Amino acid sequence: MGTARELIRTSWSEPTPSAPAGSASLVGLEEPVRTATGVGPYGLAWRRLRANRVAMAFGGLFLLVLTLCLLAPVYARYVGHIGPNTNDVTGTVRVGGRVEDVVSPIGIPIGPTWHTRFFLGADQNGRTVAVRLLYGGRTSLEIGFIAAAITIVLGVAFGLVAGYYRGAVDSVLTRFMDLVWAYPAVLLGVAIGTSIAVGGGIGIGPFQLRGNSILVPALVIGFVYVPYVAKPIRGQVLSLREQEFVQAARCLGCGSVRIMLSEILPNLMSTILVFVPLMVAGAILLEASLSFLGAGVQPPNASWGTMIQSGLPLLTTSPQLVLAPGIALVLAVLGINVFGEGVREALDPRSQIRVGR
Amino acid sequence: MARFALRRLFQAVIVLFFVSVFTFLIFQVIPDGTPALRLAGKSATPQTIAAVVRQWGFNKPIWVQYADMMGRIFTGSVISYSEHVNVLSQIERGLPATLSLAIGAGVIWFVFAVVVGALCAVRAGHFIDRLLTLLSLTAISAPTFVVGALGLYFLAWRVHVFPLSGYVPLSQSVGQWFMHLVLPWISLSVVYIGLYSRVLRSTMLDNMHEDYVRTARAKGLSERKILIRHVLRTSLIPIVSMWGLDFAGVIGGGAILVEVVFNLDGVGQYAAESIQALDVPPLMVIVMYGAVLVVLIAALVDVLYVWLDPRVRLEA
Repeated sequence: MGTARELIRTSWSEPTPSAPAGSASLVGLEEPVRTATGVGPYGLAWRRLRANRVAMAFGGLFLLVLTLCLLAPVYARYVGHIGPNTNDVTGTVRVGGRVEDVVSPIGIPIGPTWHTRFFLGADQNGRTVAVRLLYGGRTSLEIGFIAAAITIVLGVAFGLVAGYYRGAVDSVLTRFMDLVWAYPAVLLGVAIGTSIAVGGGIGIGPFQLRGNSILVPALVIGFVYVPYVAKPIRGQVLSLREQEFVQAARCLGCGSVRIMLSEILPNLMSTILVFVPLMVAGAILLEASLSFLGAGVQPPNASWGTMIQSGLPLLTTSPQLVLAPGIALVLAVLGINVFGEGVREALDPRSQIRVGR
Repeated sequence: MARFALRRLFQAVIVLFFVSVFTFLIFQVIPDGTPALRLAGKSATPQTIAAVVRQWGFNKPIWVQYADMMGRIFTGSVISYSEHVNVLSQIERGLPATLSLAIGAGVIWFVFAVVVGALCAVRAGHFIDRLLTLLSLTAISAPTFVVGALGLYFLAWRVHVFPLSGYVPLSQSVGQWFMHLVLPWISLSVVYIGLYSRVLRSTMLDNMHEDYVRTARAKGLSERKILIRHVLRTSLIPIVSMWGLDFAGVIGGGAILVEVVFNLDGVGQYAAESIQALDVPPLMVIVMYGAVLVVLIAALVDVLYVWLDPRVRLEA
């Protein structure tokens, strides 16, 4: 069942019946018959985005990082020949004809060898940095996507319900959002993350999560960012619900749920699309911050944040422990941010949205 | 105006109440009584656990526990689980470092953001604008602790421009205090410079097409004067309100990441140590103070907003 807007679009994209092939030349007009090709607003936005070469290049950069991280097991098996959590404190490695300790007697791990073994060096437990970098990236990106999905779904749902029903429902939800908004994001994440760690896990009805599951930080981060999405969505719903097409739908006898989902939601799509890359970037950054403080990803899982945390004490002797995950993190987030900027410009050149504090 | 200020303050007080309840619930309900197990030690008998539960009042109804906790926070007598030390005195000890960090960084990020944002707006679409936009996006993409670690490694270890880490009190040596704080200030500022300059750029670009700018131009004012006295001044309003909130957030614990990297021994570092020790009371107090600061400064900013911008006053 198409909405009113879709109906209009399809009627415009209907190709006008063209004249028979020979008729134009009979009159002497060689001009081909123009048909109105149906490019919807999203098609146009996609064209604008594709034309933005910088955005596409940085989007490609992010995809590259993502692909490499997804290929972590392949790298570990066929190139690094070692798992992400395999210790090798007493091992040795041959570098340029010389045999060197993986971790020196005074506890300094080997630096980058630029060979297949210990390509980026080792950490204080003799674990391979390159392999851990890819596995850690997988964790970080996974959490980023899951958390962003949670934020978007909850934020849109809250915004829709609050903006559509107004009144008491709106007051309660908006006050709650203001409450969450009042906390600095890192601090709230730390608070919830730590209390879950203290309790050793969390149970919501039938779902039980162990404290070291990566879903815990994903849930925490997803929750912390909900107001950043819910507030602007609510504002838009407040004005959309007064529009004529909503009134028309109501006159046709559509129920509230139907109006929210098939009349209002499609009109929120461009805002939601702008939010997706922003939220993924924000979630990856917050995950890194929480893990860096010990309130995010818990051992034995590695993430870029935990790698930086454990590498920081050895910053001066083994900078690769901090630089490798740090640079990977910045590259991945920069890729999404520039791409997201392109998406925003393509969809709506005037909107301003800000995430994080 | 006074009525608005009073109403806004009243609202803030209500939010504060909910903030305290919510923070209490986060720390008391999610862990579900297990702090007693942790306090009693690893090999505790059921008797010692029961004693700990009674001593810390975990067996009381939740609202009594809440009232107890709030009473202890107001009288400044919260005791930490792991060290059994007074939380408030620990926070007071860390305050000079955190305040030095926050105030210095706040000034730096405001000034640089205004310069960068205004420059981008004036040269919109030119090379310098694109370069600075890309740099701003990079700044937004880099977490403060990564910037801090990079600065520490390259500027303090490889090239000995700045001291490695630690905090030197202002009363001890002004020069050392300054040198020890330069890198932390920069690391904390970078992300906000990126955020604010982008907001300022787009606000200024919007305002440049307003009627009052055309009027100013018609009056024959110089472009420079129009830009600074008219466009920039109006565009600063949202920046100032953002600054207030972020500054409060930084004092209230947002500086936690930078303090850990540079070993600054401030409130944030205390919070980080409490996370490592899974010590709930200090964290609860710090999180509450952070949120309280944000709520109060948000109310203050709203009142200032109305005072600064007569257009809002008319609507309200």
